Amino acid sequence: MRITEHPILRYQKGPKVKFIYDGQEVEGYEGEPIAAALHAAGIKTLSHSHIENRPRGFFCAIGTCSSCLMTVDGVPNVRICVEKLKAGMCVETQQGKGVLR
Amino acid sequence: MINTQIAIIGGGPAGLRAALAAAQTGAKVLLLDNSDHLGGQLIKQTHMFFGSQQQFAGSRGIDIATRLATELRQFENVQIMLETTVLGIYEDGVLLAEQDDKVRKIKAERIIVAIGASERMLAFPNNDLPGVYGAGAAQTLMNVHGVRPGHRVLMVGAGNIGLIVTYQMLQAGVQVVGIVEAAPTIGGYLVHAAKVRRAGVPIYTSHTVKEAYGDGAVEGAIIWQLDEKWAPIPGTEQDLAIDVICLAVGLSPLSDLLWQAGCQMTYVPQLGGSVAVRNSLLCTTNQQIYIAGDVAGVEEASSAMVEGQVAGLGAALSLGLGGEQAHAMLADARGQLAALRSGPVGEKIRAGLSLVEKGVTADA
Amino acid sequence: MLKSTGIPTKEDLQKIYPSAERLAKGPVAIIECFQRIPCNPCATACTRGAILPFQDINNQPQLDAEQCTGCALCVASCPGLAVFVVDMTYSEQEALIKLPYEYLPLPRVNTTVKALNRAGEVVGQGTVIRVQTPPAFDRTAVIHLAVAKTVAHEVRNIVVEDEANDA
Repeated sequence: MRITEHPILRYQKGPKVKFIYDGQEVEGYEGEPIAAALHAAGIKTLSHSHIENRPRGFFCAIGTCSSCLMTVDGVPNVRICVEKLKAGMCVETQQGKGVLR
Repeated sequence: MINTQIAIIGGGPAGLRAALAAAQTGAKVLLLDNSDHLGGQLIKQTHMFFGSQQQFAGSRGIDIATRLATELRQFENVQIMLETTVLGIYEDGVLLAEQDDKVRKIKAERIIVAIGASERMLAFPNNDLPGVYGAGAAQTLMNVHGVRPGHRVLMVGAGNIGLIVTYQMLQAGVQVVGIVEAAPTIGGYLVHAAKVRRAGVPIYTSHTVKEAYGDGAVEGAIIWQLDEKWAPIPGTEQDLAIDVICLAVGLSPLSDLLWQAGCQMTYVPQLGGSVAVRNSLLCTTNQQIYIAGDVAGVEEASSAMVEGQVAGLGAALSLGLGGEQAHAMLADARGQLAALRSGPVGEKIRAGLSLVEKGVTADA
Repeated sequence: MLKSTGIPTKEDLQKIYPSAERLAKGPVAIIECFQRIPCNPCATACTRGAILPFQDINNQPQLDAEQCTGCALCVASCPGLAVFVVDMTYSEQEALIKLPYEYLPLPRVNTTVKALNRAGEVVGQGTVIRVQTPPAFDRTAVIHLAVAKTVAHEVRNIVVEDEANDA
């Protein structure tokens, strides 16, 4: 799903890093949004609606719609469309609304 | 507490131009943006802009963003705070902003709100499935992050955003199976439509999405035709195998901050939703707060930039800064705005703006 | 109809097309801009003054076809990619078309590509004569394509077979 060549754009990517998504190892580029790395890896379901448990994916890409909230390194409700990827991050599908600690 | 003369919220085309105009008058300027870059949505606009040289016509949006940001960074009287989200504007003129998990207080004599607009949703069964994306979001994914949104796309909406993002998908190697448009005619510029038509993308005018389907993610969509009263015609269904539905069904001004600040608001469909009542210098009913760009009414980036200049100069002049030169620049900017809006494609915005003016008169 | 299909009709094209006499004299710009929109880079790009200065930025471009040399500066500078050049004098059988192209891969010179009409349908084939990508064109390539004269007024796009993807 990565674009390697583009007629107009040159993409500047950080170093390739590994992170953990629901227990599995996934690769992405450091500094890109977590959602971009997951999408490139073919992972489309990011969260679930609270009552009907319907799958929800990427939607707005600018941190306003709450469709991509996940638990990152133990912190719930992280907007992964704007949260930058770091090596070794633990990204998990969130159960329920999350708990403040 | 951070003290400044003019705080500008939003570093997109309007905010950048507002900051530049204000900085040129010598004002102490603070530009705030919640993202990690300046340029706002310009950073994904790979196409050449329309308008005239004064609005950088012929240049690509991505390059305009770089140019404006570079120019702004030359000014010593400008401070830029990125990854800073403004949470509220309070009665005593203090802004609360969050940066790095810390709340900061900012005291500004004038505030220019240039926070843009958000994408609209469209109601149809299964519109919440993963794979239904805002067109702008798909554009960000492709053009900023270099990731294709999917393999086969259905675009919903033949306004400029739908047409432009369709073209950009083709450039990124994504197949677009068609564009559906509920209206009987194409809303965007016909030259954009011609580009995607000659690349083989059909435009289904008087059509809409009946439903999306898929097990856990979009696997297809059913579209159908609308009659002249916009009612769907049974029997006209077409089943399209796709993995992405892109919604380009319009934008709404991000009005929350202005509501919270207590500005008088008015609902104007032609401007995309609720907008602040303002005077010709884009000053709202709160004399401290100015607006510019899509938050003042959804329009093109070229006019957003000029509105930014108007608001930046208006705010500076109200502080006694800028003098004759600022007045001259202001007159020039207002002339540019009038020219950009004077043609047939400016009809809607003109109608919307006249409603805002009526709102002013009625409440005055 | 253009407003509902995005494809200009014969009548639309007649309004902007240079005369048969002018076409017979050599390369000339075909400005397929059918709508009043606020935009004027074509006029600012034209070094010969063939695209007349805009009195109102919303006006449609006015071409003085006698001044136009078909240089294609406007082809690369039109934000709507709506300008083409047609040279009906290219050879006995063929016309040369210059068209804007912003996709990858770029076609290679001397290769044959499928030629598409304004609806994206294949209407023949063309030979790539030249691919212009100077920095001044800012990533809009201008492709020079030789096609049969019979389709010169229809061909407006090409398909380049992607060898990398075919492999």
